[in-house]
Amino acid sequence: MYVAVKGGERAIENAHRLLADKRRGPRDVPELTPAQIDEQLSLAVDRVMSEGSLYDRALAALAIKQARGDLIEAIFLVRAYRTTLPRFGYSHPLDTGAMQVRRRISATYKDLPGGQVLGPTFDYTHRLIDFSLMEQDAVPAPATAPHAAQTAMPRVADIIGSGDMIEASPPDEGAPVSDLTRDPLAFPAPRDLCLQNLARGDEGFLLALGYSTQRGYGRNHPFVGEIRLGEVQVEVEVEGLPFAAPLGAVTLTECQMVNQFVGSKTEAPKFTRGYGLSFGQCERRAMSMALVDRALRAGEFEEERKGPAQDEEFVLSHSDNVQATGFVEHLKLPHYVDFQAELALLREMRGENHASHPEAAE
Amino acid sequence: MSAYNFAYLDEQTKRMIRRAILKAIAVPGYQVPFASREMPMPYGWGTGGVQVTASILGPDDVLKVIDQGADDTTNAVSIRAFFAKTAGVKTTTATTEATVIQTRHRFPETNLGAHQVLVYQVPIPEPLRFLEPRETETRTLHALAEYGLMHVKLYEDIARHGHIATTYAYPVSVNGRYVMDPSPIPKYDNPRLDDCEALQLFGAGREKRIYAIPPHTKVVSLDFEDHPFEPTKFEHPCALCGSTMSYLDEVVTDDAGGRMFVCSDTDYCETRQREGHIGHLNAAAPQTCPEAAE
Repeated sequence: MYVAVKGGERAIENAHRLLADKRRGPRDVPELTPAQIDEQLSLAVDRVMSEGSLYDRALAALAIKQARGDLIEAIFLVRAYRTTLPRFGYSHPLDTGAMQVRRRISATYKDLPGGQVLGPTFDYTHRLIDFSLMEQDAVPAPATAPHAAQTAMPRVADIIGSGDMIEASPPDEGAPVSDLTRDPLAFPAPRDLCLQNLARGDEGFLLALGYSTQRGYGRNHPFVGEIRLGEVQVEVEVEGLPFAAPLGAVTLTECQMVNQFVGSKTEAPKFTRGYGLSFGQCERRAMSMALVDRALRAGEFEEERKGPAQDEEFVLSHSDNVQATGFVEHLKLPHYVDFQAELALLREMRGENHASHPEAAE
Repeated sequence: MSAYNFAYLDEQTKRMIRRAILKAIAVPGYQVPFASREMPMPYGWGTGGVQVTASILGPDDVLKVIDQGADDTTNAVSIRAFFAKTAGVKTTTATTEATVIQTRHRFPETNLGAHQVLVYQVPIPEPLRFLEPRETETRTLHALAEYGLMHVKLYEDIARHGHIATTYAYPVSVNGRYVMDPSPIPKYDNPRLDDCEALQLFGAGREKRIYAIPPHTKVVSLDFEDHPFEPTKFEHPCALCGSTMSYLDEVVTDDAGGRMFVCSDTDYCETRQREGHIGHLNAAAPQTCPEAAE
């Protein structure tokens, strides 16, 4: 005899309890602290803050712990928390030119004012597994510069721009900035909305799209004008205060891509720009973002849209990994009502097929 | 949960969603964009329905949540628990007791009344999406009521398969104007949407759209004169309650091809059993042939 399955509530509760147990793992291994994640898995924290659209290291570290290291799950936790936070104002535009630079490189000039500063980078490491890290390792303190590296570091795009060789940065007209977390995405999307979308877009998706432009699907001849990493002050207007109030500093990675030039009979040719910005140290995503930003500007420069990276609806509708993972994973939910409807139709069609070609169905 | 507002969402967000709902009711079948929020459950798991429910729920409401027609499917359990926790509202599994019913993939078998609201969870609100992937294009097609594309698709189905090969999320025309996706309910349910006494609201969280069918609105499933719309028919009665008037799930009972058919609407089925309707495989049925019970 058949008895309908009950007890979903209990099963869910027990599954969550098991999950918590698996997260903790064997109790004889010391438990991970959010501070350890923040300090020693800091690039994971940077990614979660960027795609979670919330600058809070402690919260991102906690989310990574709770998500058992699944970064998209951690990003989702941060996003769901972020959406409940009240908005009390907007900061002034950040001045990345005044950044306290820890790393700054340019691929377009051998040397330039402020110099090339390598900073903490994997770039020239040999990717050999370091078995000495199996044990706790006494790491020597970093070398320090003889002088504080606080010479002026003008942005490379501004250096090129001073000769009118590159398109000007669009002027700040004081217009309200688009916010896709407060208004539904509509097309065509202005560039600020595209940049916001890319800034919180999935790193893997941006990387693949950026890569595709390099392989000919919307080529835009990029040069890394500059990548800079460091701390920037956040300032906000407070009513009654005669000056902008500093809220603190955030760590940012900025990538200015110098791209293929455009010109016309009336206008001298100029380089164009692609822009990437990210919380923390996320060079791969800042660079990918800059490539995709430039690709999405195809319409602005009357370029033929030939690659997916140039297709605004395609890129902006699919960049968000919280949306993407939700919809892909929802296929795990029961679909048996719809499946039954398909089964019924298929049986009917097969029955008709059998009736008209009985020998073929044997 | 005191750190969160009644029914989770803050009041400003609820107001924004209610404005979208009012607009949706004013223009039946039209997809109203709204600033969907990230919810604490994944996109694709009912975030649109949850936001609509959160925005219309009052402290005196009685909430029922179903998935595939059943109250005890995992996601229905999870969403019901969410509102029990964040809104403290009374919940029920009885269709007749509920004032708000959130559903995924089914219209309840029991008729709904004027005091009830049915909230659908919608994955892809755009009925033309699989014919035209671009939102800019589909919005224009709706604005012009240009639905030739859809009719060609249905015609091609008939030419190729002898049938319209859409069995769920079967497109409907609402109030003679907008073609609308009724969400992935089986086409069996489509006739129930027509001239329904209850307000029907549709929420798509990831796609950021809300639409509505106001009470007593004309809802017609698209078809052709010579190929009229036909709801799915079942050859079996429900094995538990004997109903021949309900949508059935197929349950595989062994690995030798054994299967039985039972109502997908658990409340409907259980109510009938309580009223004394006993299906042929129900444990309470008279045992005429013991071997068959194995």
